[in-house]
Amino acid sequence: MQVPLSWLRDYVDIDIPVEALAERLTLAGLEVGAITYLGIPQGHVPGIRWPKSDHLVWDRDKIVLGAIREVKPHPDADRLVIAMVDYGGTELEATVTGAPNLFEYRGKGPLDRPLWSPFAKEGAEVWDGHSDEPKRMILKEKKLRGIPNRCMVCSEKELGLADSHEGILLLEHSAAYVPGTPLQDVLGDVVLTVELTPNLARCFSILGVAREVAALLDKPLRLPSFEVLMEGAGIAGEVAIDIREADLNPRFTLTLLRGVTIRPSPQWLQRRLQSVGQRPINNVVDVTNYITFEIGQPLHAFDFDKLKARVGGAMPTIITRLAQAGERLHTLDEVERELDAHNILVCDTQGILSLGGVIGGAETEISDSTQNVLLEAASWNFINIRRTMQSQKVFTDAGTRFSRGVHPSQALLGVRRGIELMRQSGGGQVAQGVLDVYPRPAPQVNVDLPIREVHRLLGMELDVMTIANLLMRLGFGVTVQDNLLHVRVPDYRMDISADPIIGQADLIEEIARIYGYDRIPDTIMADAMPPQWNNTALEREERARDVLVSLGLRENISYRLTTPEREALLLPMPAAAPEYVTLANPLTPDRAVLRRTLLVNLLENALANTRHSARQMIFEIGSVYLKRADSPLPDEPRRLSVLLSGERQTADWTGQAVAGTLDFFDLKGMVDGLLDGLHIKGATYERSSHPSLHPGRAANVLLKGAALGDFGELHPIVTGRFELAGAPVLVAEFDLEALLGAMEPNYGTNPLPTTPPVLQDVALVVKEDTTAAAVEAVIVKAGGNLLKAVRLFDVYRGEPIPAGHKSLAYNLVYQADDRTLTDTEVAKVHQKIVKTCERELSATLRA
Amino acid sequence: MLEQLEQIYQEAQVSLAAAASSEALHEWESRTIGKKGAVTLLLRSTGQLPKEERAAFGKRANEVKELLDAAFAERETQIKEIELIRSLESGQVDITLPGRAHPVGGLHPSTQTLRELYHIWADMGFQVFRSRDVEDDDTNFTLLNIPEHHPARDMWDTFYTTTPGVILRTHTSPGQIRAMRELGENGTQPIRVILPGMCYRYEQITSRSEMQFHQLEGLVIGRNIRMSDLKGTITAFARRMFGAKAAVRFRASYFPFTEPSMEIDVECFLCGGQGCKVCKYAGWLEISGAGMVHPTVLRNGGYDPSVWSGFAFGMGPERMTMLKHRISDIRYFWGNDLRFLEQF
Ligand SMILES: [Zn+2]
Repeated sequence: MQVPLSWLRDYVDIDIPVEALAERLTLAGLEVGAITYLGIPQGHVPGIRWPKSDHLVWDRDKIVLGAIREVKPHPDADRLVIAMVDYGGTELEATVTGAPNLFEYRGKGPLDRPLWSPFAKEGAEVWDGHSDEPKRMILKEKKLRGIPNRCMVCSEKELGLADSHEGILLLEHSAAYVPGTPLQDVLGDVVLTVELTPNLARCFSILGVAREVAALLDKPLRLPSFEVLMEGAGIAGEVAIDIREADLNPRFTLTLLRGVTIRPSPQWLQRRLQSVGQRPINNVVDVTNYITFEIGQPLHAFDFDKLKARVGGAMPTIITRLAQAGERLHTLDEVERELDAHNILVCDTQGILSLGGVIGGAETEISDSTQNVLLEAASWNFINIRRTMQSQKVFTDAGTRFSRGVHPSQALLGVRRGIELMRQSGGGQVAQGVLDVYPRPAPQVNVDLPIREVHRLLGMELDVMTIANLLMRLGFGVTVQDNLLHVRVPDYRMDISADPIIGQADLIEEIARIYGYDRIPDTIMADAMPPQWNNTALEREERARDVLVSLGLRENISYRLTTPEREALLLPMPAAAPEYVTLANPLTPDRAVLRRTLLVNLLENALANTRHSARQMIFEIGSVYLKRADSPLPDEPRRLSVLLSGERQTADWTGQAVAGTLDFFDLKGMVDGLLDGLHIKGATYERSSHPSLHPGRAANVLLKGAALGDFGELHPIVTGRFELAGAPVLVAEFDLEALLGAMEPNYGTNPLPTTPPVLQDVALVVKEDTTAAAVEAVIVKAGGNLLKAVRLFDVYRGEPIPAGHKSLAYNLVYQADDRTLTDTEVAKVHQKIVKTCERELSATLRA
Repeated sequence: MLEQLEQIYQEAQVSLAAAASSEALHEWESRTIGKKGAVTLLLRSTGQLPKEERAAFGKRANEVKELLDAAFAERETQIKEIELIRSLESGQVDITLPGRAHPVGGLHPSTQTLRELYHIWADMGFQVFRSRDVEDDDTNFTLLNIPEHHPARDMWDTFYTTTPGVILRTHTSPGQIRAMRELGENGTQPIRVILPGMCYRYEQITSRSEMQFHQLEGLVIGRNIRMSDLKGTITAFARRMFGAKAAVRFRASYFPFTEPSMEIDVECFLCGGQGCKVCKYAGWLEISGAGMVHPTVLRNGGYDPSVWSGFAFGMGPERMTMLKHRISDIRYFWGNDLRFLEQF
């Protein structure tokens, strides 16, 4: 919300610099997002920093209030005139200008009453009024069609007040004006942009902010006048009110102004509306807006004669009710609306007049010919107004305020102040009395606050009078009884709960806020610490991350939203789509459902990176989302996925890089490394039938018969779909819970051997379909406890090995824990291994 | 023979001085004082001399042998030194040539920041409690004192799912309710946890805002937890996270589930509070929203608010990472571009 300091000062005295005020407001929860300076220089308060403002500062000597005493014709130019300006000097300054709004005074001789205008002297800095881009200029003497000119009467654009450049700024006459007064003192202002959180409904007006300022600075608040001069015949019998939904419309008030003249508002009012971003329209509509911004109570003005005409001149009845199916309304914003059943409406017996509290209908609006104004101030249920704004997609200043909460007491204040301001600017007579229907009076909220509650929650001892005073500064009524405060909540504080405990918390926040959060001490929790436990799941997950990183993998974290179509790309054969957690309101079509796998993420990340990186070695750990039949909330199991692709080692100038691309065995080595790093022993590998993987190069990792995950080369069809064709893509996906559950935290270790090992090699020729794992199992079994290690170092096919066979060559390490083995002992075991392989695997010793 | 010995000795001295390499030296050694060297052979043939000459010859021959042995040892040392210097000179490489690249793994920057947060909070007795991503509307909003259609709901733009009442959590705060109900044993046990997790908002993705981001929530429930404890705890955290001299500022604010509520700023650690582009020339960086747990939330978690109290805070690991490393675009985080990840 825009808060002009000049307006704020109507209600409260401010004796600190505006930058300090902005800081106080910010610390008290009314965050000042920006300070906009009009003409006056930015202040500097020690310890408070604001971005440097680059606005135009009106030089106090060179930009002053000028009084145009006479407008003379220019001898050589029809489109120029010469304004004779009194700027407080000894002589009038002849100033050439093309301002069209001076032409009507041309050649009329000395004016009875001067025209007041901002006046810039030679050397003053102003905005260039003729430039489309913001551009500053310094006034210099130059001839305008033969007449020397060194000064200027200014437009709003030249002063940085507005963008328009249709003429010079002429101020409404005031007897208090003195020529030569620095313009800063007349029009200079500062506007605070205050961000209001939803609880600050009470501050959605200048008066509301002034109340906070008064409390913070401990100054009295000056309320505007709510007196009305009511000289006309009474309102009774002119109009009736019929509230049908008192919960949604607890109060409805009306006043009537007869014989008003519609005209532009007085300049002060127009200027104030402009200062809060409103466009002046006419004196009646402007007042409804002004009151909305001044005290926060939106008003609505009807052309009373149009209302009467709708009922053939009879007495109109204003009815508030819910919309019925199929009802429509053409609103002021030129939208034909189909209404929802929860929309509350202001109607008459003939139909709908407006969408209550949000926006008026076009038919009964104020026009230039309006003579009699019926002014409405009502109160509405804020939840319902918010629903209506959202369902009708209409956001107005009135609706925004009502949707945050305006107390019914404000209606009466608004309708009185509004009708009086209309009378003052438009003339006419206000009908006596206010028509006030108030079927649901708001209850008075009182809260009892023991000061020990303040101490308990703030951790600071404040004496009872200090607490009472802090609350009274905010307008609370307080009666002190020993250590108990009886607090009477003012009606505009709708945020204070009637629930005794919540109400206390609400008040304690107010006490802390006005006292200052910075004055509350910092303490260390004295409370007993809850029992501490190990977070095994998290610790193990982080261990898995560390192991993967140590293997050279980069962690990815991806969007968890994807599409079923993208996940379907993982299946080479068409299959029925699984059920997804699906967004009702996706932001973009490509983020429509929650993922069921991490593989699509890793594949997409790899693809994006192939454009600049020759090797992809990445992993991600995160949730997938599996819908459940028996619960509205899905399962959220976590997965660990790895992707490898590209060059095994990036080529370098030494030319010694290990050639080739990453393949199945690189990934298998990573998987082994992961299991080793997690101390998972005894995992076995079986051929996997994972549909996304190459059927011949896919493995399933099992531990005691339970699956931990799958890994292998991506199926070539899938690789092609992800445009990664070229090098094989290796992927792994593990069930994280199963993997981490298999970790043995108290794993054992082996003593270091003290005896020398004996190394022997053996090469065995076996049938092609005999697996390495089967051969190794036989060797290990036959080797007994003297065989300490087996390492495959060669696989060979071709001459002289017969077709359909392969040779597997192993390093075998023999060692006894307690003695040095003799040649005979080693030969015996070695022989046994060979024999067992020959017998059980039909292996032959390679010659 | 004595003459022969003296001649050999003279020649040996000259040729030793001329030996300039290890090979020449060892050639000299075997030729002169080795097993079959001239001096050795002469010594061995002492027995062939007449008896009266033997003593004198033997004495001189041994003398010559010792002198040549010593000269050899000295020359050998010299040559080794020379040769070492020569080999160091010829063994130079161009040290400006690039090193061989080895694959280096790394954690995602968000994980790194989360771990830093885990460690700091663990030291203060906060343990990690994980809560679900897909939430029901009640837990995400209503139980946190944000009733349906309440204007406070405007603070979160929500992703709804096609299952009525099921949404993607907009913050980690629903975890407060779950933690209280799971750990509180019907409002009888104190709690001190942090709740990290991914949150989702229906927000256009720009360089400053993401639809998905981590949050780390903290929750303390106890019989005597005060706002001053919240201030002390956050200040202690900020000093660990941002430096021992970090100044912290508490501003009043609003969250429906806390009261009093506050925003917490830390003095900009990039400019020392003097004002820079990152802190928008304010000298402060917003790091957390916090407050005392609202009585309604305590009740919904099973606690009696007239006996129990607590505080909660929330912080954004990505935002902290961005501030710390001057990251200009939040979209880098889930983009997983290696050129970004490799910088951490
Ligand atoms: Zn800074």
